[in-house]
Amino acid sequence: MGVNKNKAGWTKEEMAHHVAVDIPDGAYVNLGIGMPELVAGFVPEGREVIYHTENGLLGMGPEPQEGQEDPELINAGKKYVTAIQGACYFHHAESFTMIRGRHIDICVLGAYEVSEAGDLANWSTGKPGAVPAVGGAMDLVAGVRNIFVITKHVTKQGNPKIVENCQLPLTGKGVVKRIYTNLATLEVTPEGLVVKEMAKGIGFDELQEHTEAQLKMPSQ
Amino acid sequence: MIDKQLPSLAEAVEDVKDGSVVMISGFGEAGSPIELIHALIDQGARDLTIVSNNTGSGHVGIASLIDHRRVRKMICSFPRTTNSIVFPELYANGEIELELVPQGTLAERIRAGGAGIPAFYTPTSVGTPLEEGKEKREFDGRAYVMEYGIKADFSLVKCEAADRYGNLVYNKTARNFGPIMCTAAETTIVQAKRMADLGGLDPEAVVTPGIFVQRIVEINHPLDESKLVSEDWRYPWE
Repeated sequence: MGVNKNKAGWTKEEMAHHVAVDIPDGAYVNLGIGMPELVAGFVPEGREVIYHTENGLLGMGPEPQEGQEDPELINAGKKYVTAIQGACYFHHAESFTMIRGRHIDICVLGAYEVSEAGDLANWSTGKPGAVPAVGGAMDLVAGVRNIFVITKHVTKQGNPKIVENCQLPLTGKGVVKRIYTNLATLEVTPEGLVVKEMAKGIGFDELQEHTEAQLKMPSQ
Repeated sequence: MIDKQLPSLAEAVEDVKDGSVVMISGFGEAGSPIELIHALIDQGARDLTIVSNNTGSGHVGIASLIDHRRVRKMICSFPRTTNSIVFPELYANGEIELELVPQGTLAERIRAGGAGIPAFYTPTSVGTPLEEGKEKREFDGRAYVMEYGIKADFSLVKCEAADRYGNLVYNKTARNFGPIMCTAAETTIVQAKRMADLGGLDPEAVVTPGIFVQRIVEINHPLDESKLVSEDWRYPWE
């Protein structure tokens, strides 16, 4: 264990590209804070994707140019953003109507742990004394049909993040559809975790070695 | 004649009592009514329950209200951000209560409170530590938890423009919790960047109908919170 760490396999940008090609034309998409934000840069040309940010904007555009920052135009991570032509603003209850009411097609989130049943832990490290903060994560996983996780395959210490059962406090149970890591793309199915694609130079046995949950190849 | 505009911030917040429940609009600094919050600090009410998405940054706005030990309890979805110093310290010392609510549940609880709906069911938090103690029920084979509506004694809200009837429009993502908080309080107090004449706001574009607003103070040039935080200002100004 640990030979691989996070060095071999796909880069963050390649991971984001894998997610982006799975986003169809016309999709309404919510991107979580951090690595998920990279996805917007890789959507293939010709596809029109509308980005939702839960603080109240549909039609979020890229970062503003220097000097154009507006403190009243931010995303859920409180970063300055822009609004595209055709964007609209709305209040929080309406924003979460879009989320909880199943109107958003895809949400891409980071993870501390994902289980083979698609349970997600991504809001609390479970450390005693830490200030708990949940934001919109639990609403997103409860309301968006397609939850895609983008994450390094193992932790900085080399421990598996894709596990039989999450040890950290859950964000939602059985909610994740796909997992995009630096080593592979996995699909959560009723039969377990199925490998859709592996990074160049990574074999199934090596992938399994870095994964606590049991993996399956599609033919099995 | 109806004229909800008041000449001063002090008059607008003068009847907030010890123990009041106060909703404060804003997502981070966007939409946070910083002048009204500072007026509330000057006014002196304590033992407050504050309903707001965050706990403020640095030592201004909500963070300053908390720093002055005016807040008994926060009802909040994300109490720590990059520049939140005050709340984490008080929380670690057990000097402030926290009711952690998922963001969409918080919004819907406020909406329900304003709409006369005492409780509702939501799938959010089922199967997580935040479902503890909540009544559960199944609908069409899916589990939901019951959540209560929230009402407040006062809401403090920032908007872009108001007329004297209390009709409001907002600016971009500063709208966030403002419209729902206006509906959920006994007394809604608004700071508007600009007063419009009657008829000056397009009726088709009004976001908050005036019936939900009781008091308005015009603040043409609100403070820039992130600038104050980066320069380490503290309210009251030393």
